[in-house]
Amino acid sequence: MAQLNSPEELEKFRQEVVSRRDPNTPCISICAGAGCIASGASEVIAAFKAEIEKQGLKTDVVDTKETGCPGFCERGPIVVIYPEEICYLQVTPEDVPEIISQTIKEKKVVDRLLYVDPTTDEKATHESDIPFYKNQERNIIGNNIHIDPKRIDDYLALGGYSALVKVLSGMTAEEVVEEVKKSNLRGRGGGGFPAGRKWEGSRNALDEPKYVIVNADEGDPGAFMDRALLEGNPHSILEGLIIGGYAIGSHEGYIYVRQEYPLAVENVNIAIKQAEAYGFLGENILGSGFDFAITVHKGAGAFVCGESTALMTALEGRAGEPRPKYIRSNIKGLWEKPSVLNNVETWANVPLIINKGADWFTQFGTDGSKGTKIFSLVGKITNTGLVEVPMGITLKDIIYQIGGGIPGGKKFKAVQTGGPSGGCIPEELLDLEVGFDELTKAGSMMGSGGMIVMDEDTCMVDVARYFINFLTDESCGKCVPCREGLRQMLKILTNITEGKGKAGDIELLEELSEVTGVASLCALGTSAPNPFLSTVRYFRDEYEAHIKEKRCPALSCKELISYHIDPEKCSACMICLRKCPVEAVDGGKKKIHIIDQEKCTKCATCFEVCPSRFSAVQKISGEPVPAPIPEDARTIVKKSK
Amino acid sequence: MSEILLQIDGKEVEAKEGMSVLQAAQSAGISIPTLCHHEKLEPFGGCRICIVEVEVRGWTRHVVSCVYPVAENLVVKTRSEKIDKIRKMILELLLAHAPDSPQLQDLAQAYGADKDRFEKDASFCIHCALCVRYCAEVKKANAVGFVDRGIRKEISFIPEIASKECKSCMECFPLCPTSYLQAVFVLTEALASPSPSSDPDQMNAK
Repeated sequence: MAQLNSPEELEKFRQEVVSRRDPNTPCISICAGAGCIASGASEVIAAFKAEIEKQGLKTDVVDTKETGCPGFCERGPIVVIYPEEICYLQVTPEDVPEIISQTIKEKKVVDRLLYVDPTTDEKATHESDIPFYKNQERNIIGNNIHIDPKRIDDYLALGGYSALVKVLSGMTAEEVVEEVKKSNLRGRGGGGFPAGRKWEGSRNALDEPKYVIVNADEGDPGAFMDRALLEGNPHSILEGLIIGGYAIGSHEGYIYVRQEYPLAVENVNIAIKQAEAYGFLGENILGSGFDFAITVHKGAGAFVCGESTALMTALEGRAGEPRPKYIRSNIKGLWEKPSVLNNVETWANVPLIINKGADWFTQFGTDGSKGTKIFSLVGKITNTGLVEVPMGITLKDIIYQIGGGIPGGKKFKAVQTGGPSGGCIPEELLDLEVGFDELTKAGSMMGSGGMIVMDEDTCMVDVARYFINFLTDESCGKCVPCREGLRQMLKILTNITEGKGKAGDIELLEELSEVTGVASLCALGTSAPNPFLSTVRYFRDEYEAHIKEKRCPALSCKELISYHIDPEKCSACMICLRKCPVEAVDGGKKKIHIIDQEKCTKCATCFEVCPSRFSAVQKISGEPVPAPIPEDARTIVKKSK
Repeated sequence: MSEILLQIDGKEVEAKEGMSVLQAAQSAGISIPTLCHHEKLEPFGGCRICIVEVEVRGWTRHVVSCVYPVAENLVVKTRSEKIDKIRKMILELLLAHAPDSPQLQDLAQAYGADKDRFEKDASFCIHCALCVRYCAEVKKANAVGFVDRGIRKEISFIPEIASKECKSCMECFPLCPTSYLQAVFVLTEALASPSPSSDPDQMNAK
């Protein structure tokens, strides 16, 4: 492919790409994102290729496309057939011959692979009919299913790099900064700082050279929206970054991506090569005189490198520790030079804002938070996956309308947002409108968009312990409040969940939180007490039950619960007796089972295997285990009906 | 260098542009406690004990004075109930590791810190990084560095460098606010020039 030397050449080439594609040619799009690959998409892709050949079809009759992640990970592997947009879920290689013979050849829908609404039993043929998708606003992630991330032409066919053309051929750098400012785009990585103001600061800084950086060090447990964008639509991020470079007067961009995302690393490197070959990167881009190059830097696995100054230190080749400076990175950042660092999703918004305008962008969202936000909806939720929603949507709508509620008939307890140093929001705040300031006010934060749903079986003290443990492990150790404060907080929280909590623990945790929150060096430390602070704010009674009564209300903390077989309910079916790995269940045929509390390791096997029609095994916390009934009363004489 | 006027604890203080609040305070004879600060080294901002309160455009903020730059009309408070509370807690957290450090004990007395507040975990090092930074910045030797991170982070001499550089220097020893550094050095020296009976290669060969 020859280099494109002007906007006109690009437009001509784009027309060629589009005209080569007959929109009526069937195209089988198969999600090849990390989630679907984990559920077997590679085998499905191979099966499609083999079956197309076997059934004697040619590629001009039917096309296959390995695409980015459309978000409905719960039901992967996902296959969408165009032009009809028929959406098949949980497709296996065994389904493939039928899809080819029925849908491709006969134009018939394979009913059993469609989405079935669990409440109405209605089937949804098209992606847009599925409630999970229907209630979203998919400005950014919506293109993933239309794009093979390894083929730049797919991005061009959808109008890719037209925002870059618009900027290079018709906008001054100041106008670009102004447009982004006007859009009120706030950073999607955690802090929510207005991107336009950050850009303006760097633009006006006198120092040279300047840098633009993509923060793709997505490390929050359960969060994978940036991965989906980098894997699925890498050119949208490159385009945003090049525009950012033009706007602030930078000619060098960096993508700091965690090495735990091999597919994202691979796809973004391919994308850069292709963009270079087409002339979107390099010298004199599209004949504009603007030069720009991008380097990919793989992170070495430290969560703290998601913090902007630690990331820059790591980019410089040193240990990733945050800097103690009080001067903003956009003035003195990478190598002490003006550096604009934004997260993946923030950059992905830029081409849209340029193309469609700030006014279009600001129609979505609330006063303080504009546009859409991608959340990774995980935990105790029916529809696990990535959801893109307009800011201002309520938590309730995300969890129930899009997420499909809590599985297994369980009751909702809390939703944890904002990553490990976010907070837990209780049921009474489910009508909260999602936005940067709204979440902060509720004691949590937007963070990068993690959303972990918890049901009634989740112990909130244990949740706080889990996240503080994560942060203790990931603290860089440079400053005392974070390193030592978290060490002590983790000790106390662990003690509480193990029944060793004592009066004064909550107050000491509060004091440690205050010091760590005020005196730590970077945002990892200052926000680290949030998991404790938000859970103690909304679930203080659970802390008190653990400390005072040695009781875990959620029946979750292993050290505080016992398993007991209700003699009234036990039918002596022998299942738990056989399954117990430590032979702690005593009993026999027609002999009521009892658990030897000395032997029991609280592995919960008996609880899980006891048939639901009996439900004889119970969890007990905060009260003594009833004494086993006497040996002679344990024989079941009359079988009840 | 232009003169900057700021106010520290109600006192007008003159400072030069580029100075930190800590330097300005010290030049005016106002004392702020430090643990990781050293005049020959770049500010580190690790111990956080030099935390002060500054007022910027009507907002009060807590910042560490060793890093925070002076600014015209900046209002600084070096003591307050909150500052003292933070310093006391920092000392208590560090005393769990180095209960016998004279420097910590003196400060503990000044701030009413209880050395037994947290369970003892006597690892001696308080991660002030004075040795690491002195060796890197002043001696340009890099014979001692940090390994690992967070609560597992510890100082370690690099045997290949330490065996060449350290014997004739040892300038970092008196910088250490605890006695941990020397112990590590001795240990490393032993590892770097082992006696024949404990030669690791021979041990591995067995």
